[in-house]
Amino acid sequence: MTSYRLDKGGLIDRSTALRFTFDGALHVGHQGDTLASALLANGVTLMGRSFKYHRPRSVITAGAAEPNALVELREGGRKEANTRATMVELYDGLVSKSQNNWPSLDFDVGAITSLASSVFVAGFYYKTFMWPKSFWEKIYEPIIRRAAGLGTASKLPDPDKYEKSYAHCDVLVIGSGPTGLMAALAAARSGKRVILADEGSALGGSLLNEQEEIGGQSGLDFARGVIAELSSMPNVTLLPRTTIIGWFDGNIFGAVERVSDHLRVPDPYEPRQRYWKIHARRAVLAAGAEERPVAFGGNDMPGVMTATAMRTYANRYAAAAGRSVVVFGGNDSIYRTARVLKSHGIHVEAIVDSRKESKADAAGIPVLRGALVADAVGGKAVKSVHLADGTHINCEAVAMSGGWSPIVNLACHRGKKPVWDANLLAFLPPDNGPAFTVAGSAAGKMLLSECLADGAAKGAVDGKAIEIPKSRDEAFAISPLWWVKESHDKAFIDYQNDSTAKDLPLAAREGYSDVELAKRYTTTGMATDQGKLGNINAIAILAEATGRTMDEVGTTTFRPFYTPVSFGAFTGPFTGHHFQPVRKTPLHDWAEEQGAVFVETGLWMRSSWFPREGEDWLASASREVLATRGAVGICDVSTLGKIDVQGKDAGQFLDKLYCNTFSTLAVGKARYGLMLREDGIVYDDGTTSRLAEDHYVMTTTTANAAKVMAQMEFAHQALFPDLDVTYVSVTEQWAQMAVAGPKARPTLQKLMDGLVMTDESVPYMAALEVSIMGGIPARLFRLSFSGEHAYELAVPADYGSMVARAVMQAGDEFGITPYGVEALSIMRIEKGHVAGGELNGTTTAGDLGMGKMVSTKKDFIGRMMAQREGLIDPNRQQVVGIRPVDPADRIRSGAHILKQDDTPSMANDQGYITGVAWSPMLDMWVGLALLANGRARHGEIVQAWDGLRGHRLMAEICDPMHFDKENKRLHA
Amino acid sequence: MLIPCPHCGTRPVEEFTFLGDAAPTRPTTNDPSSMEAWYEYVYLRNNPRGPIEEYAHHSGGCRSWLVVSRNTETHEVFGAVTARDFSKAKEAKA
Repeated sequence: MTSYRLDKGGLIDRSTALRFTFDGALHVGHQGDTLASALLANGVTLMGRSFKYHRPRSVITAGAAEPNALVELREGGRKEANTRATMVELYDGLVSKSQNNWPSLDFDVGAITSLASSVFVAGFYYKTFMWPKSFWEKIYEPIIRRAAGLGTASKLPDPDKYEKSYAHCDVLVIGSGPTGLMAALAAARSGKRVILADEGSALGGSLLNEQEEIGGQSGLDFARGVIAELSSMPNVTLLPRTTIIGWFDGNIFGAVERVSDHLRVPDPYEPRQRYWKIHARRAVLAAGAEERPVAFGGNDMPGVMTATAMRTYANRYAAAAGRSVVVFGGNDSIYRTARVLKSHGIHVEAIVDSRKESKADAAGIPVLRGALVADAVGGKAVKSVHLADGTHINCEAVAMSGGWSPIVNLACHRGKKPVWDANLLAFLPPDNGPAFTVAGSAAGKMLLSECLADGAAKGAVDGKAIEIPKSRDEAFAISPLWWVKESHDKAFIDYQNDSTAKDLPLAAREGYSDVELAKRYTTTGMATDQGKLGNINAIAILAEATGRTMDEVGTTTFRPFYTPVSFGAFTGPFTGHHFQPVRKTPLHDWAEEQGAVFVETGLWMRSSWFPREGEDWLASASREVLATRGAVGICDVSTLGKIDVQGKDAGQFLDKLYCNTFSTLAVGKARYGLMLREDGIVYDDGTTSRLAEDHYVMTTTTANAAKVMAQMEFAHQALFPDLDVTYVSVTEQWAQMAVAGPKARPTLQKLMDGLVMTDESVPYMAALEVSIMGGIPARLFRLSFSGEHAYELAVPADYGSMVARAVMQAGDEFGITPYGVEALSIMRIEKGHVAGGELNGTTTAGDLGMGKMVSTKKDFIGRMMAQREGLIDPNRQQVVGIRPVDPADRIRSGAHILKQDDTPSMANDQGYITGVAWSPMLDMWVGLALLANGRARHGEIVQAWDGLRGHRLMAEICDPMHFDKENKRLHA
Repeated sequence: MLIPCPHCGTRPVEEFTFLGDAAPTRPTTNDPSSMEAWYEYVYLRNNPRGPIEEYAHHSGGCRSWLVVSRNTETHEVFGAVTARDFSKAKEAKA
């Protein structure tokens, strides 16, 4: 094969010179070229190596279905693997590389697998690499992956932007060939909102590629006229370079617009690609039909391509596949191909027609009737063909045509299967109703005049017809031509996965005759092209091998996406810190001033510790604990969920939500509440305060704030709609800080407007609305998570940082210290308060030691299920304290608990450690654990076994409250 | 998929959070003899091929809980009512 640029013709701008490289070699092409056409024009036909056998490959198609000419495009962070050279528009400075070869494309060591190919048959991997089992992961798989592969991904960040966009229209037309143009025109002239999308670089579809005559002008001029009219209409949106990739529920279509892929770098402020979600009242699929290859020996050799591709390269790109061509097929289109090539001055050696007769015009070119091409002969390029009858014809290229497969993919994305038409030898699209119709050759209309009329009819709104131009039809007559069994060389069905015609009967013989099984056994149709070229041939061969009809075999499932989509298109702008919002508390500025190290908790940034020079997290957190327990500390607790609950039935509503009772809570008081799920497991906890007869403020854990809100809405709206109550999340409206320690009261006292803080005026569990700092409204709660005499002060969010600074100033004389989540966690473990590790979706109120809180006097969510046998079993794991027997030992979270003398194994598992902390007060590691029948086992010596880290040590089970068991400090 | 929210109009499915079958009714008694009914309410769900009424939370919209009727086979959406109206209608029938 010696491909070359034709002297004239083509939709290329010969005044331009676009320089590009392929495997480092510099070439020049023109505006209007694809990478594939430019390579052909430069005489480069070897474009890649095949997946399994590393056979030399060139282009087979000129479009989206291309399985062979996959290249790595661009460099660095813009590198994109497995791009189809047939779809890559040429630009100046384009850099491309071949894939899957070593050491070079021309001399590929991997091609040796071709010699051993008798063992590489269908199911080879399953049969060969079964034994020994342990070899798979470490030896077989890495070797196979290295040998059989596609391009490599760039590991650098993509410097380009991607966008997402929505569109709505009355009529979406997919495909802009003769059918699509007529459909769009008919819809647009009625004034409806129309979107016309086409995957090609320019609108016009096959009219750009073929020599047609429509309405007394060339097909190309006809297309240009229609496109000009459509562009002038305000109700029409034209989307070239846009592939509709899927049809989804609600007549929503996904589309990828390649906004800048045809440029070296995107223009400023332009994305590389844009993902469209198109809501279409109605859609017309005018995607055309795909020409099928014929399975004969060496049908993958550079120089062999579909007849449509060869015509397209000549007509549109002025690129000839070779100086002399054999055209082979079983339908009338081969005569057209021969005439077109001849019109470009390309010598056609012969038309090889598998049929005995045809009425089509051969234009004086020799025709061999009833003949079959058995093998292409050559290697890296075609040198000749052998016919089945032994005839030998020298040639540089072969154009093949097995027939047409309507591109029905989108019409099958929602589950319906296509239907076989034995006359057209094609699977036709299923009937999906009026919201999504199929027109033109995608619907089996094989003549141009039929396509124009069908497009106009399907695009028309309310039966408003438009005039259909006269056109010249090519002859269409077809006989089956799937597989030339006289072949000696491999006859490929799926080029990309290197599955051959012989693999399919083999799969059937070995029991995989179901089309879905045969697909997986032979890997036919499983590559990135999803069998666009090969699947129908595979079905035909499978049908013959098993004595079934095409319909009985049927197609495999068509799934989105029609062609591969880059991750960037789906991700859009949501990368890095744009992936999710960052939530900062109202005290964030203050915490930053204090040198906080932040930790991400869900979306929140929480102050984790406040290190001083030279301190690590543990030193910092320990100092913060000592300072708080020694004098006073301040901590940001704004992330706790806060829900304002109001209404006549607010108390009754809370009684339904919590397992304990809130309707009896006195105004001005807070109470700890425990919420269950309806299945009786603990859901969430927090304190809820009553500010007025009909006004409560609920708090939730940080993690469950949104879920509890949704659960409340469900409970109220779906379960208890008669309750007169309303509620709203006020988490972000209030800044809240805990002020804890023996000097908490004198610190806060300085801020109060008038209120004299005493045990009488602000008793334990008080919840008061107060005024501070000369008129700032605030809420003062006497609550303690740390176990100290402590308060929580809430102020409207905007006052947060200012008030925190004022508290710092007020506490300065006592050495007030900011503390973070780490210190908070240490103090809660010292005090045995449960948190996320224990409220883990498996524990009951009883497990947490709160069984007595569960009311027996009222209905609430979870009441009945909590009484189930399994949930009240005394042998359930219960929260206990745990500490090492040797205070110098470190217990670790996640370690399992075993009886003192048991051998370490999960069979002897008694429970596990849910959280540990270094207690600066006790000078040792202490923890909480869930232990079977734990409450009855205080004082028992157990093993803490950490199999993962390889630790085992002796520990003592104790009361969860490690520190200040009498709670003296709380009331001090 | 588009959901006709009674408050917000037709909105895309991404704005909603689905909870599942709306057919089970929460028992109104805590009598020990009702345990079986509770068990069924909490755990047993039909998984029909065809029409179903499902709870959906318009979490990205008006935050109403709705009951959406749709076809699990064709994905056709027939309509939506508020969970409040659904519960009250169910109560009235019982």
